[in-house]
Amino acid sequence: MTDPLAIKLDERSKALRRVIIKTLAAGQRGHVGAAFSLVEILRVLYDDVLKYDATQPKLPSRDRFILSKGHGCLALYTMLADKGFIAEDELWRFCKSDGMLGGHPEHHIPGVEASTGSLGHGMSIGLGMALNARIAGASYRTFVVIGDGESNEGSVWEAALSAGKHKLGNFTVLTDYNKHQSYASTAFVQDLEPLADKWRAFGFAVRDVNGHDVNELREVLTKLPPDANKPSAIICHTVKGKGVAYAENNMAWHHQNKVTAADAEKLIEALEASR
Amino acid sequence: MRKRSLDMVYELAKKDERIVFIGSDLGAGTLDNFRKEIPSRFFMEGVSEQNIVGMAAGMALEGRVVYVNTIATFLTRRCFEQVVLDLGLHNVNVRLIANGGGVVYAPLGPTHLAIDDIAIMRAVPNMTIVAPCDAEEMTRLMPQTVDYPGPIYIRLGKGGDPVVSDPAKPFRIGKAIEMTSGDDVLLVTTGVTLKIALEAAAALKAQGTSATVLHMHTVKPLDTEALLSHASRVKAIVTIEEHTIVGGLGGAVAEVLAEAGFNPAKRFKRIGIPDVFPHGYGSQATMMQHYGITTEQTIATVNELTHGTTT
Repeated sequence: MTDPLAIKLDERSKALRRVIIKTLAAGQRGHVGAAFSLVEILRVLYDDVLKYDATQPKLPSRDRFILSKGHGCLALYTMLADKGFIAEDELWRFCKSDGMLGGHPEHHIPGVEASTGSLGHGMSIGLGMALNARIAGASYRTFVVIGDGESNEGSVWEAALSAGKHKLGNFTVLTDYNKHQSYASTAFVQDLEPLADKWRAFGFAVRDVNGHDVNELREVLTKLPPDANKPSAIICHTVKGKGVAYAENNMAWHHQNKVTAADAEKLIEALEASR
Repeated sequence: MRKRSLDMVYELAKKDERIVFIGSDLGAGTLDNFRKEIPSRFFMEGVSEQNIVGMAAGMALEGRVVYVNTIATFLTRRCFEQVVLDLGLHNVNVRLIANGGGVVYAPLGPTHLAIDDIAIMRAVPNMTIVAPCDAEEMTRLMPQTVDYPGPIYIRLGKGGDPVVSDPAKPFRIGKAIEMTSGDDVLLVTTGVTLKIALEAAAALKAQGTSATVLHMHTVKPLDTEALLSHASRVKAIVTIEEHTIVGGLGGAVAEVLAEAGFNPAKRFKRIGIPDVFPHGYGSQATMMQHYGITTEQTIATVNELTHGTTT
C-alpha cells in the first residue's frame, strides 16, 4: 500500500475539494477534516462502483449507499451535486434555514438512503437493506462508510456480528481510517489496532487500501466481494484534512465554524499548492 | 397475550410476504413454525437490541413490515436512540412487541420492570403506542398493525390475563373504547388494568355512583375527542395504569384536561407507580397491591374525589 500522505491529488480531486470549501464557506461551518479524508472514497464509489440513476434516486435496482459517519456530509453533498441528484445551488444554502442540506445527511435528500449523524447507526440500517436483498432475491449491493471514531460504538460491532453470521457477500463496510477523531489520535483516544484482524475475526473479508489513491481504490472496489460468502471490510487509510497542508492531521480542523470568505480563500490557495 | 401476538405474526406472515420477524434471544421454541416454514423471513439475532432495531429499520425502508420481539425494558431503554432515529425519524413500519409491560417481571427485580416504557415511547414523534387488555383484543389488534403507518409499540401483559374485552365493541387503533357508561366519574385505563377499572365501576354502581370506563388501549395518539367528550359530563376523572405516574397514561390525560380549561375544573387523580424504583420482588399482583393499583384503591380514590371521603 502506498502512503496516503504522499499521494498527489489530481485535478478532479482538487475540484471536488474546491466545491467542499465553497459549501463550507456558504454555511460558514462544517466538518472539513472528515470531508477531505472521504473525497477519493466517495469519488471512486460514485464514478466507478455504485449503480444508480440520479434522475430516479429510488430506482429499486440501485445500489444502496449510507454515509454512516454523517459528519462527512460535505463530501457526500458535493458528490450528489456532481452527479445531479441535487442542484448545485443547494450547496450554497448549506445549513441555512431555507436549505435542504444540513450538517448531517437526511433521508429526504435525493440520493440519501438514511439519516445519519449520531454514530453507529448506518451499519445496522445497511445490514437490514442487504438482508432484504437476500430475502427478495434482488441483486443490489449495500455499501456503508463508517469512521474510525465511529468504530468506538458498540453497535458497529453488534452489526458486524450479524453481517458475519449471515455471510452477506452483498454488504461492504468501508472504514475511513484517518486515525484521528475529535479529541486526538485514535491511538490515544481508543486504539482500534489490530483493526484488520478485528474485522477478520467478525467474519469479514478484509482489504487494506490507500484511501486517497484512486487507482488502488478502483482496483479493490470494482472487484467486490473478495469472498462471495463473506461481507467485505475495506479499511481505507486516509489523512484527515487531506489536501490542505495546514489542516492535515490537525485536530482544530475536525470541525470549523465562523468560516469567513478569507478563510475559504486561504484553504483554496493551500489546496492549489498541495503536493 | 404474548403467545397470541406471536402466533398472529406467523399467521399474518404466511399471507403477506412483506412481513419479517426479528427476535433477540427468545425462549427456546419461540415461533418454531415460522422459522421452519418461512426461514428467509425469520431472524434471531442475539442480545443486540441496537443492531436489531437498526436492521429492522433498514428492512422497513425497503418496504418490509418488521415485527421485533424482546423484553419491554430492553426494547425501550437499551436501544432508545435507534428507536428515536432509525424508527421514529424515518417513520418506518416496524412493530415492537414488548414482553412484560409494567411489573410482570416483579420477581426479576428493577432491571426487568417496564414501568416507564409508555413514557419513553410517548416522547418519540411518529410512534404509536398500544396496550391491549387481553389475548382476544390482541387478536383484533394484530391484523391492523400490518398496514398501519409508522412504528408501533405493542405492550404485552403477563399472559393468561383474564378476558375482559368485549368482542361486540369494535377495536380501532387510536379509538378509545367506552366499556361502561356513567355520568358521575370517568375511569381511564390502558392494558390489563381495564379489569380493575371494570370491577371498580361495578362496585361504585352498587353504591350509587355511575362510572364511564374508557379503555385507552392506544395511549398515543391519544383519543382526545373521546376523552374530552366523556370528561365534560363528569365531576371526577381517575386514570389507572400499571406504569409510573410520570409521563404515562395519567400524564397524557392530565395534559389534555389541563389544556381543555374546564370550568369548574375537574377533580383528577392518577393511580400508578409513584416516582420510585419499586422495591422488593413477589409477583405482579403483590407489587400492584403494594402500590395501590387495585380495585379497592380505585373505589377509594373516586369516593375521595366525589364525596371528599375515603371508604
